Amino acid sequence: MAAPIAIHLEFGGGAELLFEGLKEHRVTLPSQLEPWDMKQLLVWIQRNLLKERPELFVQGDSVRPGILVLINDADWELMGELEYQLQDQDNIVFISTLHGG
Amino acid sequence: MAEDVCCLKAKLREKDREIAALRDKLAQLEKNPSSAPELHNKVIPLTPLTVKPALSNEDIMRYSRQLLLPELGVKGQLKLSRTSVLVVGCGGLGCPVAQYLAAAGIGRLGLLDYDEVELSNLHRQVLHGEENQGQAKALSAASAVRRLNSTVECVPYHLQLSPENALQLIQQYDIVADCSDNVPTRYLVNDACVLSGKPLVSASALRMEGQLTVYNYRGGPCYRCLYPVPPPPETVTNCSDGGVLGVVPGIMGCFQALEVLKIASGQGSSCGQQLVMFDAQDARFRSIRLRPKQPGCAVCGENASVTQLLDYEAFCGSAATDKCRKLNLLSTNQRITVQEYKSILDNAGPHLLLDVRPLVEVDICHLPLSLNIPLSSLEDRKSDHLQLLKEGISKLKQQMAGDCQPSVYVICKQGNDSQKAVQVLEKMSGSEVDNITVKDISGGLMAWAKKIDPTFPQY
Ligand SMILES: [Zn+2]
Repeated sequence: MAAPIAIHLEFGGGAELLFEGLKEHRVTLPSQLEPWDMKQLLVWIQRNLLKERPELFVQGDSVRPGILVLINDADWELMGELEYQLQDQDNIVFISTLHGG
Repeated sequence: MAEDVCCLKAKLREKDREIAALRDKLAQLEKNPSSAPELHNKVIPLTPLTVKPALSNEDIMRYSRQLLLPELGVKGQLKLSRTSVLVVGCGGLGCPVAQYLAAAGIGRLGLLDYDEVELSNLHRQVLHGEENQGQAKALSAASAVRRLNSTVECVPYHLQLSPENALQLIQQYDIVADCSDNVPTRYLVNDACVLSGKPLVSASALRMEGQLTVYNYRGGPCYRCLYPVPPPPETVTNCSDGGVLGVVPGIMGCFQALEVLKIASGQGSSCGQQLVMFDAQDARFRSIRLRPKQPGCAVCGENASVTQLLDYEAFCGSAATDKCRKLNLLSTNQRITVQEYKSILDNAGPHLLLDVRPLVEVDICHLPLSLNIPLSSLEDRKSDHLQLLKEGISKLKQQMAGDCQPSVYVICKQGNDSQKAVQVLEKMSGSEVDNITVKDISGGLMAWAKKIDPTFPQY
């Protein structure tokens, strides 16, 4: 049994607008049999934080194109993407790419 | 043999053209040395940059404060003077980029923009002045740069970067700064830089945030390595919709100029596999370690499928401009013109006017007697807003004391969101609210300002 873990979620580049404009969310993921991974976190976010228009955030079981995911200040591609196993106190950032100039 | 002759003849003709172009330029300069830079509306072959063997006394005086830096020194300054930089977009990012590169003594500056200066640009595009309104941005920027440093060679291009001209243009420069404002141009510039082997210093800004990365630099990733699939068009916000605080692209453009100068002078950039994020609200910069170059990348990978430039507007599903596109979601009987709405007002026809813009825009300007419920609140069925709507409709019903359905007219800035709102309201009609007839006002408040009331503000 994996213990509950507290993580810090951040949204930026406009992605925060899907979460009532709040850039920072401190959340606790409940205890479950398996350790939490990013794939499960995306489902959890969809169920608990993102109530409307999920297509602006997720596509299939990953994030939609144009959103960069950072795990503890590194591109999630370096960390195993959806398979990354979350640790207590992890900092996860979802940043929408900007195009304006 | 015959082939060689043909080839040599072609080469000679090209050289003749180059000589003629140089003669023209010389004659023009001798005639009027302070004349405005010549504006190009197509890509032209440029002569190689003249290599300065040493700094002149004037150079030493002008650049003395940066020559004192061991990181730059005389060697670095000479390298700057031998470097050409193409600035794609002369807007909020491009202006400070051009300004600082010229001030620092870059050799040649290509300034590209298809657009003209407008009043709503001036809060962030700080090379343009009030007197430049209506002028090509590329020319306006080039004139400002020339006033700052006449020793920098400026090449203004008044054209849209396209798959047809991008390679020919980018091949002629050493470094490219992407200061554009839309998704298709960002992919186009990236692919052209990868195909011609040029480092790409890219920045972007929106609202109170900015991002910067150097792509295709010293074996690092390209834009496509990070974003292999373009974002769905409906998720992309531009500055004219989302707004931007002028100083934010200013800061990002300065940052871009810094990285260009470091690359040009030989110090090198550390942003090659790094994303710098700037949050103006929290006054915070953050650097993120990015993925390396991706072996599976479509343009810079091992088996690249993109070997020539494509139709990027089709690839991204959006136009290569930050101007608003016009949606057509409704049939003509679901819409009325601003003139028709004016006559409804004049005849005091009972109706409800629903303004679906966000509150921040309603604060800028609104029509009297309109009820404000933002589109997002309608979509999310916000209960306090639904209550307001119900009250508005029942008040209208009392006024009409009658048999026909109450009319609701929906307005927004340009007539896009109002169409979406009509679709939402039609779903709600008869279930979540009383039966209503809903139409949108085509062209929105900006059409009202243009066609009905010239004193109504435009933004
Ligand atoms: Zn790539």
